[in-house]
Amino acid sequence: MSLLEVTNLHATVGAQDQQKAILKGLNISVNPGEVHAIMGPNGSGKSTLANVLSGRPGYTITDGSMTLADADLAELEPHERAQLGLFLAFQYPVEIPGVSNMEFLKASVDSLARARGEEQPNTAAFIKQVRLLATSVDLDPQFLKRGVNEGFSGGEKKRNEIMQLLLLEPKLAILDETDSGLDIDALQVVAEGVNRYKNENNGVVLITHYQRLLDYIVPDFVHVLADGKIVQSGDKSLALELEEKGYAWLT
Amino acid sequence: MSQTSVDDLVEARSEYSAGFVTDIESDTLAPGLDEDTVRFISARKNEPQWLTDWRLKAFAHWKTMPEPKWAHVHYPPIDFQEISYYSAPKSQADGPQSLDEVDPELLRTYEKLGIPLHEQAVLAGVVNANVPPIPSMGSNVAVDVVFDSVSIATTFKAKLAEAGVIFCPISEAVHSHPEIIQKYLGSVIPQKDNFYAALNSAVFSDGSFVYIPKGVRCPMELSTYFRINERNTGQFERTLIIADAGSHVSYLEGCTAPMRDENQLHAAVVELIALEDAEIKYSTVQNWYPGDENGKGGIYNFVTKRGLCGGARSKISWTQVETGSAITWKYPSVVLRGDDSVGEFYSVALTNNRQQADTGTKMIHMGKNTKSTIVSKGISAGFSENCYRGLVRISPTAENARNFTQCDSLLIGGQCGAHTFPYIENKNNSAIIEHEASTSKVSDDQLFACQQRGIDAEKAVGMIVNGFCKEVFRELPMEFAVEAGKLLEVSLEGAVG
Repeated sequence: MSLLEVTNLHATVGAQDQQKAILKGLNISVNPGEVHAIMGPNGSGKSTLANVLSGRPGYTITDGSMTLADADLAELEPHERAQLGLFLAFQYPVEIPGVSNMEFLKASVDSLARARGEEQPNTAAFIKQVRLLATSVDLDPQFLKRGVNEGFSGGEKKRNEIMQLLLLEPKLAILDETDSGLDIDALQVVAEGVNRYKNENNGVVLITHYQRLLDYIVPDFVHVLADGKIVQSGDKSLALELEEKGYAWLT
Repeated sequence: MSQTSVDDLVEARSEYSAGFVTDIESDTLAPGLDEDTVRFISARKNEPQWLTDWRLKAFAHWKTMPEPKWAHVHYPPIDFQEISYYSAPKSQADGPQSLDEVDPELLRTYEKLGIPLHEQAVLAGVVNANVPPIPSMGSNVAVDVVFDSVSIATTFKAKLAEAGVIFCPISEAVHSHPEIIQKYLGSVIPQKDNFYAALNSAVFSDGSFVYIPKGVRCPMELSTYFRINERNTGQFERTLIIADAGSHVSYLEGCTAPMRDENQLHAAVVELIALEDAEIKYSTVQNWYPGDENGKGGIYNFVTKRGLCGGARSKISWTQVETGSAITWKYPSVVLRGDDSVGEFYSVALTNNRQQADTGTKMIHMGKNTKSTIVSKGISAGFSENCYRGLVRISPTAENARNFTQCDSLLIGGQCGAHTFPYIENKNNSAIIEHEASTSKVSDDQLFACQQRGIDAEKAVGMIVNGFCKEVFRELPMEFAVEAGKLLEVSLEGAVG
């Protein structure tokens, strides 16, 4: 059984009267244990795919289907998709002033536990776990007391996303250009975190512009997305080829 | 595809959980207002002549005053002849002698309100009863309950009396402590202060009276719950708190009203007096019925609250959580007359649907080295309008006065408004006055970020709003900080939580 199954997905963005088609018949299948990289030129629909899968408002699905572990994602609210095990590492993590990181993480973990009928973690043990995880991605545990992403640098925000990935252990992780704007040290921390997360039971979808991330997180498949469709798929050598030749030969 | 954005949430309907009507027999005065009404109320309370005259003087002046129009609120003209100025539960008029005689509907009302009136013997007026501890609030809160126009019950009177603290209905204090009432009533808010204060002075029915003697730290939190029940009645309560030299008291009021289609008027007056080295902490959780989502019904909350830091080093602190009322018009203020006195105002005002709030404070610095702090958090959702209006006045005598004001607005959705009207009048060049202000919005992106981590939208907005209000909640007595947080979530139901 595949983990994520996207079939002939068509989606538009914008209000009712001025919808713009972005995804135009996209297919992708991710099995447990696999890492899929999605590359492609600007405006090809990479971030739209992440947004549509996770249920961000503002998009309309006009055709096709998407399932996670056989559940129809389109039927679910964004928080229900998260509870089902879908995780999106944001390209631009937002700041939530007044809500501390720790409080936010506890609310998240508690919501997930409640939805899954599991016991909510003991607060003291939870705080200890989060502090350890923060340290493991080079985030000062002091950050946990501050507002969510409040005053964080770009690199700190991305490391915060990866810490959340490690904490929540989702079934499917979608990383939307998590490598953008990172220096090489931060990139390695992020990659190390993703590698630590992945196992034979979960899947990773890496959306990226650049091949360099794939030096650290080795993909099983590389797909090229252009004009709302996958136009080419291959193994990691495809990424190297793209690095060399650009996208023009494919589109 | 099912999606939730902030705007969708705002459109959903909110629920008012205190909107039940209590079906009890009441003794209600027919609508209308003239000198006879004033005399009737005074006679009903067996008041001394000086107080009847005091009321009549207020009434005579009120007739000459125009309604204030300067607030940023809009409502149709109020017909003051359509309002009933006195209503009392009937059973109370006869004076229940035992618990069995207390109207069971009334008891159920308290239970629904969560008022810990388990001291049922006290409620029935049996003074020497064995008083069990209050389970839901801890045993450290004494409660006075004002139902429509009369005070129903005051708990823990005996224990407070041991410490010399007087906590009783003001109508009772008029008889038991006339010298204190005569000295202080209207001393901070004169009868002619403003239109609604004058009206209140003429027709006030009941309220709480507190006196803390010299050097006494009040052994428990004092609390009053106000409830408007009868149709077409106004509530005009009057509260007077005096903290004598070196004393300390913390006081909390809570308010609810049934859901009614028509608007009801609530025009209260609260006067606080802190003498030398005394401290009064006054907290309000205001949850009057706000009207429905189309703005039908709800309470007009036109209230005058002012404290006088009369003695040196005295301190008055107002903390308010305002979530209810169709219209709120309220500026709890502090007159800093004593040298080195301190005034504080911490406010959370939340408006949803068609609610309107014009609220803030006045800090009047007169003494030397006086200090004031203002922290105001306004949250607007739905189609509501939320205003902060504040005055900081430094008199020529107020050497080295210091004020800090922080004024933050949070907008939820795209149809509401937030306004800030800060006035600063400085007549002493040694003053230091700071003003900070910010406006922010709960964005779709923030909401989605929470949802993507499994937190549903209502919980997410509740969390963001609670985070926004943290600085103010910290100032509430512990028992009520949690309650206030929950109240915000309920009030934002539909819009937020």
